[in-house]
Amino acid sequence: MKFGVVVFPGSNCDHDTYHVVSKVIGQPVDFIWHKEEQVDRYDAIILPGGFSYGDYLRSGAIARFSPVMRSIKQFAQDGGLVMGICNGFQILCEAGLLPGALLRNRDLKFICEHVNIRVERTDTAFTTAYESGQVLSIPIAHGEGNYFCDQRTLDELEGEGRVIFRYCDASGRVTDEANPNGSLNNIAGICNRERNVIGLMPHPERAAESLLGSSDGRGVFLSMADSLREMIKLRA
Amino acid sequence: MNITPELLDQHNISESEYERIKDLLGREPSFTELGIFSVMWSEHCSYKSSKIHLRRLPTEGECLVQGPGENAGIVDIGDGWCAAFKIESHNHPSFIEPYQGAATGVGGILRDIFTMGARPVAAMNSLRFGPIRDEDAKDDESRKVVQRNRRIMAGVVKGLGDYGNAFGVPTVGGEVWFSDCYSLNPLVNAFALGLVRREQIFYGKAEGIGNSVIYVGAKTGRDGIHGATMASAEFDEAAMEKRPTVQVGDPFAEKLLLEACLEAMRDGAIVGIQDMGAAGLTSSSCEMGARAGTGIEINLDLVPQRETGMTAYEMMLSESQERMLIVSEVGRERQVLEIFQRWDLDAVIIGRVTDDQRLRVVHKGVVVADIPNIALTDEAPRYDRPQTAIHINNDDVAPGIAEELKKLETEFVGGCLTEVLRRLLVSPNLASKEWVYRQYDHMVRTNSVVLPGSDAAVIRVKETRRSLAMSLDANARYCRLNPREGARLAVAESARNIVCSGARPLAVTNCLNFASPERPEIMRSFSETIDGMADACRTFGTPVTGGNVSFYNETEGRGVYPTPVIGMLGVIEEARDATTQWFSEPGDSVLLLGRTGNDLGASELLSELTGLETGAVPKLDLKTEKSVQDTCLEAIGAGLVRSAHDCSDGGLAVALAECCFSSYRRDALGARIDLDAHAEVSGIGDAATLLFAESPSRIIISASPENVPAIEELASKFGVACLRIGEVGGGNLTVSLNGANLIDASVSSFETAWRSALSFHLDRPTQMAAD
Repeated sequence: MKFGVVVFPGSNCDHDTYHVVSKVIGQPVDFIWHKEEQVDRYDAIILPGGFSYGDYLRSGAIARFSPVMRSIKQFAQDGGLVMGICNGFQILCEAGLLPGALLRNRDLKFICEHVNIRVERTDTAFTTAYESGQVLSIPIAHGEGNYFCDQRTLDELEGEGRVIFRYCDASGRVTDEANPNGSLNNIAGICNRERNVIGLMPHPERAAESLLGSSDGRGVFLSMADSLREMIKLRA
Repeated sequence: MNITPELLDQHNISESEYERIKDLLGREPSFTELGIFSVMWSEHCSYKSSKIHLRRLPTEGECLVQGPGENAGIVDIGDGWCAAFKIESHNHPSFIEPYQGAATGVGGILRDIFTMGARPVAAMNSLRFGPIRDEDAKDDESRKVVQRNRRIMAGVVKGLGDYGNAFGVPTVGGEVWFSDCYSLNPLVNAFALGLVRREQIFYGKAEGIGNSVIYVGAKTGRDGIHGATMASAEFDEAAMEKRPTVQVGDPFAEKLLLEACLEAMRDGAIVGIQDMGAAGLTSSSCEMGARAGTGIEINLDLVPQRETGMTAYEMMLSESQERMLIVSEVGRERQVLEIFQRWDLDAVIIGRVTDDQRLRVVHKGVVVADIPNIALTDEAPRYDRPQTAIHINNDDVAPGIAEELKKLETEFVGGCLTEVLRRLLVSPNLASKEWVYRQYDHMVRTNSVVLPGSDAAVIRVKETRRSLAMSLDANARYCRLNPREGARLAVAESARNIVCSGARPLAVTNCLNFASPERPEIMRSFSETIDGMADACRTFGTPVTGGNVSFYNETEGRGVYPTPVIGMLGVIEEARDATTQWFSEPGDSVLLLGRTGNDLGASELLSELTGLETGAVPKLDLKTEKSVQDTCLEAIGAGLVRSAHDCSDGGLAVALAECCFSSYRRDALGARIDLDAHAEVSGIGDAATLLFAESPSRIIISASPENVPAIEELASKFGVACLRIGEVGGGNLTVSLNGANLIDASVSSFETAWRSALSFHLDRPTQMAAD
């Protein structure tokens, strides 16, 4: 089993994600340079948070043209697990691997704080370690995390059970007050139709050790490792 | 070019300084040379007015690896790891252009850290602005000022956030304070800390004659020319015309520069490296030569340029951001160049190290500058500027406060002190700074053990079992009334904050923000500040590892209060021993270490009730302070303490309220406090004094009841007053004296008011009045 963490110029959560995969859940992991064109030796690829290419134009708008993105598209098509966290989510949307877009936060400010998110679905490779409806305390840190898409896409996402995480209050109620950035339907994370590509704005890698105040995010990485074990077993 | 008195004046060079330049050169300087001298001899670069005083600061200590004089100070934190840290001002640019001024302040301090080979892992900032409340404005003119203050604050916070967030360094703490004197002179002091293995520290030295000088990073443009000179003069009504001297920051370029520099350093081909900060190419080249006793010759034709037709003068004085100067071993340049190319950064050999200890600059085949390094560094002017006695304020403030309280009593029958506490909690100085730090990514790098909002920020060092605690503190109101005592109080508070987080104070950096040194009373307050700091730093065994002096913080003849900002670093041996300030368990006992004194002078209470900033500053006995801190630290180390919070601005009442509700992720907890015994041991009967006096050397501790005897025993060992003053629990904060409730209110109502106060003033739609 091998994880890969993509390093775009301007990625800044690459070390954090690497740390969680290697030290916290103890799985093999490599950095993948953005100019790399071969990614088939990996089983799961994570696009970390940060400000790829400075994000001066529109978050993720330049990164989608990186050489590595072509191979990641192929990798996803072949059923590999792909997770985009924060800037990684923005890049996946820009690259067309996930639908919709992330607009500027409702109050136009960068927001860094712990929020509550509710696990909507446990039938993805990224959420098997959770219970449906479980409330997680995980930080967000973004200026553009306001999820938006057209009505048809939204209906599809909801109808197909592809909204994976939703902002909620401590008791799990999805309210407007609990929506930090104005996202449609309090959406914090979605997956593609095949359920092997996920994007989320909260940072699970920042909530993977109790010393840092919450280990609720660890389940995302544990779920991935479990799912990969299953997939590898099936393949064998 | 003919050097006229007007030209000298434009360059801020005095007649006697010009004579000295001619002596040192043995001839008249060229125009480019004049420019070079003007920046290197500016107050900002040369410390010409402060140097003779700074010498009195203690700079020796066991932990010290690198003291003042390099790009940043470095201390040993154990297991072969070192912390490089420093604070620097970016006041002048932040007033002229708040967003870019603040952003490039962060950029500059980060480069100071990674130029030493250290990866930045934490940032903080200390900010001071003019008043931001509607009620602070009395007329149309001051309403405009208030609105401008809000815009400056919003711009500065966004600038600091955007740069640090994109770069990927967590902004873990700091302070924000408001006063009239900062309306035209906001203070923006940026702190950064990085980690480096002891054997991998790099220095700004151009060693090895014949070695290559490599320019890396962003291209040189015309931005920031004379930035350092601007920061070395007071502002007048034409200040806004200086906007072009403010640089533009590019955190993305800086992030690439960081990764490329660290990679090249690991590679071993780099001999020395220095950031091109103030005075850009000029300071980096002559300082690197001076430190190594060598010379540097550079050819400006080879410098990557952003615009065409730049003169030698412009290139040498440009302060374009995100650039570094590297000295590489001859024959190994290719390795360095390749690494930078991989990161899509410019890297060009522009010169070589020579043996003649001179800075020689060639442009279009002509030598445009040829100056002995020493003339620009050690031989720069030094002044012992005149001082004059200053008045130390000792006004009795008690009658004024009593009178105001009496008025309030008729309005809030029975609840006057509760109301006073509420007013203090929503005052911008004491209100929650969440509005600010929510805009900073304070968690990236996943080390933030204690997030902003507690006494000190704490980050773990992943490579060891340890954590680092850090805090920035100043109290300009104290320093204005009594500079020496104010400085001692600031150092003491900083150390107390570190100790309350469970850390042992290690070392200090500082940023000294003052008005014009050419005014004798300012110079005296500067000198007094140094002595106060030195005194306190010796008590805590914390050497000063470096810092920054910012003079000329005055506009239209009005200066800022003396504002020495102390940045203290401490170490926690076991990461999990980090302690926070908030109560966490109902039923815990509340203890108070230390005594309250007659210290309402210069207090937040006085300022809030009467608008006055006068009186005697709180009395500080350093021996008592040290004993209180030792008690607290030992109690935390023994695992006896659940929370510890320093009592300072706003006094005991504000500190107790903060213990109840300042946790960002926990519901507020009430407490029942009885001050009878504390009043007796302090010899204070007046309720307002007990609640709001800002006496130092006091710490509120909460602990499980069974641990109380052990803490009391420790306190008596250190000779420290330690009284159980109450219990955590319930939904109200109740404080009683002699059977009567002084304060009684629900903590959640306090919390809401406290948390939303800044947003109330800053998030309302404002008319963007053109001014």
